[in-house]
Amino acid sequence: MPTFVRTEKCDGCKGQDKTACMYICPHDLMKLDKDGSETGHAMKAFNQEPEQCWECYSCVKICPQNAIEVRHYADVVPLGGSVQPLRGTDSIMWTIKFRNGSMKRFKFPIRTTPEGSIDCYGGKPAADMANITKVGFFNQMNGYRAGNPAELIRK
Amino acid sequence: MSGTFGNPEVVQEEVDILLIGGGMACCGAAYEIMRWADAAKAESGIDLKIKLVDKAAMDRSGAVAQGLSAINTYIGDAQDPADYARMVSNDLMGITRDDLAYDCGRHVDESVHLFEEWGLPIWKLDENGERHDGSVDMPKLKDGGKPVRSGKWQIMINGESYKWIVAEAAKKALGMDRIQERIFIVKLVNDKNDPKRIAGAVGFSTRDHKVVVYKFKACLLAAGGCVNLFRPRSVGEGQGRAWYPVWNAGSTYSMAAEAGAELTMMENRFVPARFKDGYGPVGAWFLLFKAQAVNANGEVYMARNKEMLNDYPPYGQAAVPASCLRNHLMLHEMKEGRGPIYMDTVTALAKLRETLSPREVKHLEAEAWEDFLDMCVGQCGVWVGENIEPEKKNSELMPTEPYLLGSHSGCCGIWVSGPEDVGAPTSEAKEGVPAHLPKGWNWGYRGMTTVSGLFTAGDGVGASGHKFSSGSHAEGRIAAKSMVKYCIDNKDWKPELDTPADELVAQIYQPVRNFLEHKDFSTAIDVNPNYITPKMLQFRLQKIMDEYVAGVATYYTTNDKMLSVAEEKLGMLKEDAMKMRAKDLHELLRAWENYHRILTAEAHMKHIQFREESRYPGFYYRMDKNFVDEENWKCFVNSIYDKTTHKWTVFKRAHVDLVDKSKLFKPAAH
Repeated sequence: MPTFVRTEKCDGCKGQDKTACMYICPHDLMKLDKDGSETGHAMKAFNQEPEQCWECYSCVKICPQNAIEVRHYADVVPLGGSVQPLRGTDSIMWTIKFRNGSMKRFKFPIRTTPEGSIDCYGGKPAADMANITKVGFFNQMNGYRAGNPAELIRK
Repeated sequence: MSGTFGNPEVVQEEVDILLIGGGMACCGAAYEIMRWADAAKAESGIDLKIKLVDKAAMDRSGAVAQGLSAINTYIGDAQDPADYARMVSNDLMGITRDDLAYDCGRHVDESVHLFEEWGLPIWKLDENGERHDGSVDMPKLKDGGKPVRSGKWQIMINGESYKWIVAEAAKKALGMDRIQERIFIVKLVNDKNDPKRIAGAVGFSTRDHKVVVYKFKACLLAAGGCVNLFRPRSVGEGQGRAWYPVWNAGSTYSMAAEAGAELTMMENRFVPARFKDGYGPVGAWFLLFKAQAVNANGEVYMARNKEMLNDYPPYGQAAVPASCLRNHLMLHEMKEGRGPIYMDTVTALAKLRETLSPREVKHLEAEAWEDFLDMCVGQCGVWVGENIEPEKKNSELMPTEPYLLGSHSGCCGIWVSGPEDVGAPTSEAKEGVPAHLPKGWNWGYRGMTTVSGLFTAGDGVGASGHKFSSGSHAEGRIAAKSMVKYCIDNKDWKPELDTPADELVAQIYQPVRNFLEHKDFSTAIDVNPNYITPKMLQFRLQKIMDEYVAGVATYYTTNDKMLSVAEEKLGMLKEDAMKMRAKDLHELLRAWENYHRILTAEAHMKHIQFREESRYPGFYYRMDKNFVDEENWKCFVNSIYDKTTHKWTVFKRAHVDLVDKSKLFKPAAH
């Protein structure tokens, strides 16, 4: 299900050196055609290797212009359906259109804290070097499962 | 001076610790390591220089890039790490390292509790047993909140942003000045004075014409498993729709092997039975929605064929038979002509509706869709294209092409040092282990491979599957801590590369030179006798593996003769890999990814060849040895690779149980 870029919506991320989709694609698929020599559309992005697309939707979700959509794998899936997200800061909305025209909409939470708000060591102790060769992490959050020693039959 | 395509800039840098990869394992390492590095500095003034390099962007890199609908390893307070080690063992047909599974099991919930603190929404059960999604304000897991179990070890999440959240914490912990994205590490470099030691790594930027040469004391190599080494079932546009992420190229295994690290269980593979074509997850359908898999006649093949489980004692007789055996029963139906296989979603949802209110039914429908939308949108693509609504039409199931990995339901990987407090062997009972390798299961630094200074986690750690996302994060943290200790213990040691930097640069840019030198020889850029495109190299690899090494083409069967043919063909392919072409940086990335796939595939073939039995029926069958041989082969198969002679040495290591497995095999109730 490779991604495609809507010509009239993509603005090449306003002439920045790299686009949001290029930044995020885990498989290095999205490319900005700076002079139009590859696609005929200068300063617009495209998927340079659609048969390698995992359909992970990372580029679809990050595109500031909502210019990226997905056309399901042509060698597998009948035409006409679409699955399109709108990802916000705390939830994601999905619009699902079947080939036969019926529609569904879903909204799911994606995180419970504001984006960028993680205070990774806030309220946590420093590591104690006396413990560096012992089991356990630098801090404990009621998650260490010591286990019943009798289960270890060779100890 | 900035580089050009034919003449890249060379950047040399020395650090103490390099984290290679940006997935769950390296994110875990990034989080844990800074606290210990700070403590080391405060205590003894040792200022460790740490860096992380990722070939993609950490927000969406690794196997969790797309998100997940469940955390598959959460022990909880009612289960013992030993129960977990037992489950891992049985699912992998008895041959796993209990020390590693146990250690992962006792640590893993700590990482899950962090994820929830950072903002990952985790489904909860209220006091009436009704489920709520993770946005509802309910007690956190660490405070006794009750997760929604979709299996004994799994908990449901709203995980679209799972990786985004975990990466945010990792980036904050390290600081962006210690992170470089879009750097693909291609080779590890041994120490000039001690070939059993790691001293550096070399890679390149996929954005700028730049080769990077790192020197370090220690590194965490956690670059995922291996996908697309076999011909996938979809060979057109759909070949990207692999079950595991298509960017997992075997880099972990191949780079470790070339550095001399001992690999383990590389014969193991995972062939997930998933929703056909979209590869959507089946776990929630089986365990949460209580659906059954049926043949074309509506018969439950697990019941119909249950006697077949008796062919594989004791693994077939556990309450939950090993994953490969469930495939074995499914394949039987397909070969007998009773396909297609279906997930009976219609009956399952109808049954659930009988007892639910309309509000709950609506919620149930959303849950079913979210299961795919959080982690495998492609399956929804198949559903909308084929007008499948699960309450009205069943969906086909199908076993996929084989995958190599160490964190999911597979256990190939690298042999690592385990914990010292769980009764692991300190000697080796089998003969034939090369003398320079450690004898017992631990050698000082948890998570270190048999190459000094080279650590791994997640998919890299062999003989211990079922870590999944959370366990990989925890393993990264465990390794991070011990890397800090390693660097303190080796603070005065200076790494020296065994190969001069300019030679390493020349090796890495060879595909570019192949292209520039020969591109005008023919008029068509892709057809040229002097080089091979990475794409064709991959097709050739996939053809060999599919046809001779038990891919889908032969219903996962092979034999010693077919393996010999594969060996010869893979040898030539490896030679031809020196003629890979790269017409741009994107193709240079693909060229080296495919080189990593070839070496990983060769390890897989050599191990299957060495193990003279069929340990994983349903994943692969050696038809010349089509049985499980507990007497001779209930042991690890390990190997080392010699990068100068290009030869493998394969050998046995003794298997030992550290927890009692007989508890798994109580007589079945039916």
